[in-house]
Amino acid sequence: MGHPCPSCPGKMTTAAEKPADVPQKPTDASGYAKTMTTKEGKFKVAYTSEPEAMPIGQIISWKLKVQTADGKPVTDAAITVDGDMPEHGHGLPTAPRVTENIGDGTYLVSGIKFSMPGWWIMTFTIKSGDKTDRVTFNLQLK
Amino acid sequence: MAAAKAVLSIWGFSLACLLGFPMPVLPASGDSTGRPDLQALHAYSEEELALLRSLSLSSLPPLPQDPTNAHADDPRARALGKLFFFDPGFSANGEVSCATCHQPATGFTDLLPLAKGIGINTRRTMPLIGVAYNAWFFWDGRRDTLWSQAIVPIENAQEHGFTRTMCAHRIFDRYRKEYEAVFDKLPAISHTHCPPHASPGVGNAAALAAWKAMQPADRDKVNLIYANFGKAIAAFVRHILPQPAPFDRYVEAVHTKDLAGADTLISREAVAGLRLFIGRAKCTNCHLGPLFTNGGFHNVGLPNASDPGRAQAIDDVLNDEFNCLGKYSDAKSEQCTELRFIDTNRQKYGGAFKTPTLRNVAERPPYMHVGQFKSLDEVLLFYRLSSSNEIEHQQLTETELQQIKAFLGTLSGPISYPR
Repeated sequence: MGHPCPSCPGKMTTAAEKPADVPQKPTDASGYAKTMTTKEGKFKVAYTSEPEAMPIGQIISWKLKVQTADGKPVTDAAITVDGDMPEHGHGLPTAPRVTENIGDGTYLVSGIKFSMPGWWIMTFTIKSGDKTDRVTFNLQLK
Repeated sequence: MAAAKAVLSIWGFSLACLLGFPMPVLPASGDSTGRPDLQALHAYSEEELALLRSLSLSSLPPLPQDPTNAHADDPRARALGKLFFFDPGFSANGEVSCATCHQPATGFTDLLPLAKGIGINTRRTMPLIGVAYNAWFFWDGRRDTLWSQAIVPIENAQEHGFTRTMCAHRIFDRYRKEYEAVFDKLPAISHTHCPPHASPGVGNAAALAAWKAMQPADRDKVNLIYANFGKAIAAFVRHILPQPAPFDRYVEAVHTKDLAGADTLISREAVAGLRLFIGRAKCTNCHLGPLFTNGGFHNVGLPNASDPGRAQAIDDVLNDEFNCLGKYSDAKSEQCTELRFIDTNRQKYGGAFKTPTLRNVAERPPYMHVGQFKSLDEVLLFYRLSSSNEIEHQQLTETELQQIKAFLGTLSGPISYPR
């Protein structure tokens, strides 16, 4: 059965209506790593959360550390953020963004709020010079 | 129950002796005995217990600070706010107070589909229970502080039908001493420079013209009094809080493994409903935490879809002169995280309304933002017909809907507020 209001612009979209490149839920702990290489291997990205426990329903911030593939800090990155719950077809209730370039390839991402427990993905698109690449972190929140 | 079990055991033992072969000991849960299987009824997995605990009032954090309102926890402001809350003098006809719609006797709501003040409003009165824990106010979240919410109805033509300047004049004339004990000295406000019929509120074009004709400095004086009026009301309203309901006592009992006690606290039908609520019916996708809400905005596909809801409120709150970042707020800008990181995706929020708290929900029909449904039965039937990744209830039977309804009834408890 379809949504009772299929024409409602703000209806909860389903995962099937999302663009291609459908995220897959990790099958082991390595899928939830906090350090990842971007999709095309251009950057290495690591995050730490403040607070580390990532409480539901509270605005938190992340520090994102960006390096080149050979481990040099990327200090001039332009970064965009997108959070999603692939099994529920909705994103974050907030619009987080990078609020500070702390230096040494570390960036402060503010305004992250997870609205419910479960599997979340956080995707960062990173642009430095003529290089653009994307990384997705998986999170299982309680 | 313990005594009955002992008698049965003795009976089983003696019968076994008489017959000369061992009798199987009757299980403590045997249906044939008519005794309940307390384990099967009230035992939960560790994960379920953690979820139950998260829904219990014992998980409600202390009243959150309101950095936008420096007077939020001043008892004198609270006492003054209570006077304001119940004073019908802040209305065009002298008959409408905040309590006209937010009636203490009916859980601070009015049990009407559409709020009725001077006229009929466009949406239902929101419950105030636990309102201090919200990040956004009104059904569409068009305000981001409790005090800036409280002053909107005062100058809405359909609600109090009052004006911003009349409010300032009334405080000067009737509440000067109490106001000055909490806030600054009241400035002189003349009827010439601050005409009583001036207001930028909704639905009154003549009042808006008069407001625009005032000098900026006079508007600022009136705005400050108006903001403080809201801050006093908020200091009172933030203490309207839920108290433990049967559900909360049930969670305590199952946590301490007092299953016999748990069995007396809520009905077995409600227990079945609770298991559905946290399990297969996925109600906790949106109704989570001790106030049973994620505080978010969702279009659940309700009838009456013409109201843009949250999509329209985004600009309202960003442009509100009384918002967290505005000059009348006491917060530092870095404290305004909700407003600074507001999701402005209007497409996503078309026809979306706030997930309401389910505390005391059984006590306040009708339901939804314009009272579309007269009863919880109608709400649950609607949700069974709805389907999306979030709401997937169509497999629920009639019996199961009744069980969820019984569970919702266990969320009703006393409401406390400053007396």
